[in-house]
Amino acid sequence: MARYLLSRIVGLLGVLLVVSFITFGLMHAVPGGPFDSRALERQQMIPEQIKRQLNLKYGLDEPVWRQYLLFMRNAVRLDFGYSLAFPSRTVVQIFKEQWPYSVQLGLLTLAFSVVVGIGLGIASAVRPDSWVDHFGTGVSVFCLVMPSFVFAILLQFFFSAQLGWLPTGGWDGPRHWIMPVLANSLAPILVLQRYTRSSMRDAMRAGYVRTARAKGLSRGRIMFVHVFKNALTPLLTVGGPLAAGLVVGSFFVESIFRIPGIGFYFVSAIGQRDYPMIMATTVVWTAIISGAYLATDLLYALADPRVTLVKEK
Amino acid sequence: MPDALLRTVELTKSFTARRASLAGKKVKNLAVDRVSLTVGEGETLGLVGESGCGKSTLALTIMRLHEPTAGRIIFAGRDINGLGEAALKPVRRQMQMVFQDPLASLDPRLTVEQIICEPLDSPGAGARPVRRAPVARLLERVGLAASDMGRYPNEFSGGQQQRIGIARALALRPRLLICDEPVSALDVSVQAQILNLLRDLQDEFGLAYLFISHNIAVTAHMSRRIGVMYLGRVVEEGPAREIITAPRHPYTRALLAAVPEPDPSRREVGPVAEGDAAGVAGRPTGCAFRARCPAAAERCAAEEPRLRPVAEGRVAACHFA
Repeated sequence: MARYLLSRIVGLLGVLLVVSFITFGLMHAVPGGPFDSRALERQQMIPEQIKRQLNLKYGLDEPVWRQYLLFMRNAVRLDFGYSLAFPSRTVVQIFKEQWPYSVQLGLLTLAFSVVVGIGLGIASAVRPDSWVDHFGTGVSVFCLVMPSFVFAILLQFFFSAQLGWLPTGGWDGPRHWIMPVLANSLAPILVLQRYTRSSMRDAMRAGYVRTARAKGLSRGRIMFVHVFKNALTPLLTVGGPLAAGLVVGSFFVESIFRIPGIGFYFVSAIGQRDYPMIMATTVVWTAIISGAYLATDLLYALADPRVTLVKEK
Repeated sequence: MPDALLRTVELTKSFTARRASLAGKKVKNLAVDRVSLTVGEGETLGLVGESGCGKSTLALTIMRLHEPTAGRIIFAGRDINGLGEAALKPVRRQMQMVFQDPLASLDPRLTVEQIICEPLDSPGAGARPVRRAPVARLLERVGLAASDMGRYPNEFSGGQQQRIGIARALALRPRLLICDEPVSALDVSVQAQILNLLRDLQDEFGLAYLFISHNIAVTAHMSRRIGVMYLGRVVEEGPAREIITAPRHPYTRALLAAVPEPDPSRREVGPVAEGDAAGVAGRPTGCAFRARCPAAAERCAAEEPRLRPVAEGRVAACHFA
């Protein structure tokens, strides 16, 4: 087990290395640099002299391979340097200040969609073809076809503009959370409802469920001990990456509801050619996603006694 | 004949399948068609027939794991068809089932102890050590070690898994055990062990068996009486010894001819049934077996043979039996 964990962590570091290398290479392969895009944005030319000074300051005059080594040396100490787009703040500062908003939004979304998605999924599986099942399918289809940014604007239109019940944006308290969480929950509810329903239905057809019925157990016990426990493994498979995707924030939802989260920076850094920010967001995202997969695999072993974690020979 | 423990009266189970077309015409499949059988207290009734003839469906219907379409299931003098889940609970304790696929029928997430104890558990039941003692005894009785209690089903071999399935079924002290192809998933040497175990347990616990198999030789070895099923119906029934020595129905003869004979000099090749059984959906008129029957005559197409007495304690559904 310890050896397994160690080998997985080494593997994770390898993934980070490869991802950072590819990202760094692609980033520099694209023509133009950080100051060109800024100049374009402001529609003014930056004199060659000043550009050279800027490049010198940020170390962009060095050969790319040296820049990468420099990045690596600093990155292992969690120092990503100053943002190019927001030169008064370091990347780490930006993360420290903005990320908590995204984490909070992500966790609230996760909690809400787990309750609604898994709840609807179980209800649909237990009574297939009933009104609950059709309602659950309806909710999923709605989640599937409704883009979150359209839904967000509709929510704002009804609950803020028309009814005046909720604030249009900001992040100052529970009243501000409701609409962003609803808009952010569409995809997770869809995924959780469908997976819960189908894996429950699969488990219900299993031989051991027939055995449980032959034992004369109550319906509730069969559903929760035999069906739900066995349906959990496929749910973990989608649940881990889903949770990871949520805590890194959402560009659309954060932008529409003016939430100062990190999701905005993930996207804006690319357009702004903010090299340190691109590297930091990519590496952090990679670490979170791979960490989530590792956590999912560890949970498998807890949830299913047939799974033992050993290092492959 | 001992008192009847289980009696089915014209038990019928049909499934409605929807054709895969827009019109969605409903097709009724009679998987079990008016089957009447009797299992005496402490006695074994064998049930044979090829795959798809409705043996397993019959077993699941008797257990009320499938809802019967029509007919009666009289267990210990009481019709259990129509009983609600709550009323069925005490009945289920007396009537247990051993399934064909031992691994699939055991929950992979429960230990052997949990699997066996589960139906015994009720809120406030005895402390763990108290509950463990009978589990240990049961495990040892079926040929496993008491120390196997904490292990999971997938850690055992197929034969051992079936032993767990038997221990689980016996935990409730049933009077009737329905064994649905209990050995067909096991290899031959293990089959014999399990069959002998089942016979020993029968004497020890005074169990009645409904023993289902596609192998007429195995069934005859286990049973006092045998019923032969074809396309959802019983076509012949009688004492096991008489059925295998002097079969009356041509289908029974075909089943017997399918039993491998180890001595080549004694092999005789007689007329054997050919082809596959028509599906229950497209049941032919007249005798359902006539297309495969070497003795089929004109009468077989026109007139459906009824199950009728052919000798003392024997019935068969063939015009020429």
